[in-house]
Amino acid sequence: MTEETVARFDIRSVQVLSPDETVDEELVPDLTDDQLLDLYEWMKRSRRLDERAIALQRRGELGTYAPAIGQEAAQIGTAFAAADDDWLVPSFREQPALMVHGTPPEKVLQYAMGMEEGAEIPGGEGALPPAIPVGSQPLHATGVGWGESLQGRDTVAVTYFGDGATSEGDVYEALNLAGVYDAQTVFVCQNNRYAISTGIEKQTEAETLAQKAIAAGIEGIQVDGNDVLGVYRVANEAVEKARNGDPVMIEALTYRRSMHTTSDDPSVYREADEEAEWEARDPIVRFQMYLEDRGVLDEETKAEIEDRIESEVAGAIDRAREAKAEIDPADMFRYVYADMPPELERQFEAFERSEEAERVPDGGVDRDSGGGLDG
Amino acid sequence: MAERLRMVEAVRETLRAELERDDGVVVYGEDVGRAGGVFRATQGLMDEHPDRVFDAPVAEAGIVGMGVGLAATGMTPVPEIQFQSFLYQGFHQLAQHVARIRSRTRGTITCPMTIRTPYGGGIHALELHSESFEAGFAHVPGLQVVFPSSPAETKGLLTAAIRSPDPVVFMEPTRLYRSFREEVPDEHEIPLGEARVVESGEDITAIAWGSMLRETLDAADEVDASVEVIDPRTLYPLDTATIVDSVRKTGRCCVVHEAPRTAGMAGEITARINEEAFYYLEAPIERVTGYDVPVPLFAREDAYLPDADRIETGLRRALE
Ligand SMILES: Cc1ncc(C[n+]2csc(CCOP(=O)(O)OP(=O)(O)O)c2C)c(N)n1
Repeated sequence: MTEETVARFDIRSVQVLSPDETVDEELVPDLTDDQLLDLYEWMKRSRRLDERAIALQRRGELGTYAPAIGQEAAQIGTAFAAADDDWLVPSFREQPALMVHGTPPEKVLQYAMGMEEGAEIPGGEGALPPAIPVGSQPLHATGVGWGESLQGRDTVAVTYFGDGATSEGDVYEALNLAGVYDAQTVFVCQNNRYAISTGIEKQTEAETLAQKAIAAGIEGIQVDGNDVLGVYRVANEAVEKARNGDPVMIEALTYRRSMHTTSDDPSVYREADEEAEWEARDPIVRFQMYLEDRGVLDEETKAEIEDRIESEVAGAIDRAREAKAEIDPADMFRYVYADMPPELERQFEAFERSEEAERVPDGGVDRDSGGGLDG
Repeated sequence: MAERLRMVEAVRETLRAELERDDGVVVYGEDVGRAGGVFRATQGLMDEHPDRVFDAPVAEAGIVGMGVGLAATGMTPVPEIQFQSFLYQGFHQLAQHVARIRSRTRGTITCPMTIRTPYGGGIHALELHSESFEAGFAHVPGLQVVFPSSPAETKGLLTAAIRSPDPVVFMEPTRLYRSFREEVPDEHEIPLGEARVVESGEDITAIAWGSMLRETLDAADEVDASVEVIDPRTLYPLDTATIVDSVRKTGRCCVVHEAPRTAGMAGEITARINEEAFYYLEAPIERVTGYDVPVPLFAREDAYLPDADRIETGLRRALE
C-alpha cells in the first residue's frame, strides 16, 4: 500500500495599493488618468447615494436598504473591468456595480421605494435585477455565461455574492456548473466579514473562500477588496479568462462599514475597535491619497466631482419621487403572464371595480408592527 | 402566573421554557444566537444555553436537512428560517426527507422538528419577505402546518408543536409580532388540530388564521349580521368538524387568506364544506384572498393584501 498526495493547491492574493500607501508599481494596472479619476468619481457617487438613501429611509421615503459603504472598491473595480455589453448579475447590495454598468441611480431608488419599476432593465443594459434570496443568482450568471458561449459570443457574466452566500448549496452548484460547461462567468465574492450578524469565522472553517472554487475545478483568487487598483487588475484578468471559457472566482476581502440594512444595528454583534480598524482602511480615502500623491487629483477637481455628484444624486431622488407619485397598483397584474389567464383576468376586473368603488388609500398599515431586523 | 406579552416575546418565552424543560431541544438558525434573531425572537437564549442555541451559516437546506439527523439521534430541533420564502431553499429537504422519514422507516426514525418561520405581508418588507406558502406546506403529507394569531395562542401552539412527535411548520405572522400585548399563561398547551371559535354567531361563518384573523374580526363588526369567526389554528391537520358544524348552523361561509387564491387553502376548506354540509348552504362560499400574482413590493402591497373592507365585501356577498 502506498500513500501519496494527489492534489495540492495554492491561493494567490493580490494587493497593489497597501493601506500604508506603498504601491507595487509592477502590478499597477494600465489605466489613464481619466480612467483613474472615473474610478474615484464612481466610488464617491455610490457612497453619496448610499448616504442619501439611508437618510431617506429614516424619513420613511425608502424601505429597507442595504448600503455598500466600504465595499465601493470591490464593486466598482470589478464592474469597471466588464465591457459595456457584458452582463452584471447582482445580489441586493450592488448599487455601485450596477451604476457603473449603466443603471441610473433613480432605478436603485425606485426599487428601494418598493416599486417594481426599479427592477426594469433599461434598454440594452446587460443586467439582471437585484436578487434577494442569498446565493441564488450565481446560477443565473453561469447560465448567462454558458448561453453566450453557446451562441458563439465572447460576452461575459460578472456576478456578485457575499461571504454568507458561499454557505448556500446553489453557489457551489453555480461554480461547479461553470467549470463543467466552460461558462464565460466571473464570480465575485465580496467577503465583507459578516452575514447580517454572523461573522465569517462562524460561516466556514475554510481558510479562504477563494478555495471553494478549487473544489469546483475553477480558478479562485483573493484580492484586497479595499484596493481598487488591485481589484481592477484581478478582475481584468478574470474577465479576459472568462471570455475564453475559463470561469474565475474572485474573493475580495473587504468590510461592510455600516449596517447590514437600514433595519440592522451592528453594535449588537460588532466591536467598535474592529470598526475603527477598518475605517482606517477605507477604500475611498486610500485611493484619494494615491491620486493626490500622483498629482492626478487636486482640490479643484475634487470640488468639481463633489458638486457634480451632489446635483446628480439630487436629480435622481426627484425623479424617483415623481415616479412614485404616479404608480398604478393595478400594475401587479400586468406582467405575471404574457397572456393574462382567465382566472387572473376575473381577479383583475374585480380589483379594478373595487378600486373604482373607493380609491384605496395609501398606507393604512402600521409600519412599525413588524419591528426587528430584516434579512 | 400570566404575563402580558407581545407575540415575539411569547415565542421567546416558549422557547426558553422548552429549552429548560427538555435538554434535547436545540434552537438554531441564521442570526438566532448572538443577535437573537432578526426579529429578536431568540434574544438572550444563547447566553442561557450556549450548548443548545446556535448561529447557523446561511444554508437553509442544511438547517432543515440537518434536523433529520439531529432528530435521528434523539434531539428535538427547533430551527428558525429567517423568512418563509427562504424555506424554499430547504423545501426539498422538507418534502423529501423531513416529512417522510417516519413513513419511510415504518416509524423507527421520526423527526419531531418544529421549523419556525415569519411569514406574510404588511410590514413594508423587501421582495420575497412577505409570502404565505401555507398551502404548499399543507400539501406535503407528513407535515403539520400551524398558525398562531395572538401571543397566548403562540405560547399554546408553539409548546404543542415542539412537543409533537411529528414535524411542524410554524408560521408566525410578522405583522402581529409587535402589534399588541396579551395575557400569556405560564403553562399553556393547545392541542394541534383543534380550531378555535373566536366569536360565536348565527348568520355566517368566517374562517381566518394568522395575520388575517384580526382583519376578519374588524370586518365582522362592520356587517349587520351575527358572524361566527373561526380560527383553524392548524391548516394540517384541519379541524373539519368545527368548521362543518358551524356552517351547518349558519348556512353561509366566507374564507379569508392572504395567500394567492388558486390552489389556496380556501379551496380545500370549501371542498370539505361541500362534502359535509352542502345541503345546509344557503349561498355559495365566498373566498377573500390575495391575487394570483407575486406579492408586490411594498409600494403596491396594500392593494394586494385583503383588508377589513375587502373581507366585509366578501361577508356581504355571502349574506345576500
Ligand atoms: C436564501 C436566503 N436566506 C436568508 C436570507 C436573509 N438574509 C439576507 S442577507 C443575509 C446575509 C447575507 O450575507 P452575505 O452573503 O455575506 O452578504 P452581505 O449581506 O454581507 O452582502 C441573510 C441571511 C435571504 N435573503 N435569502
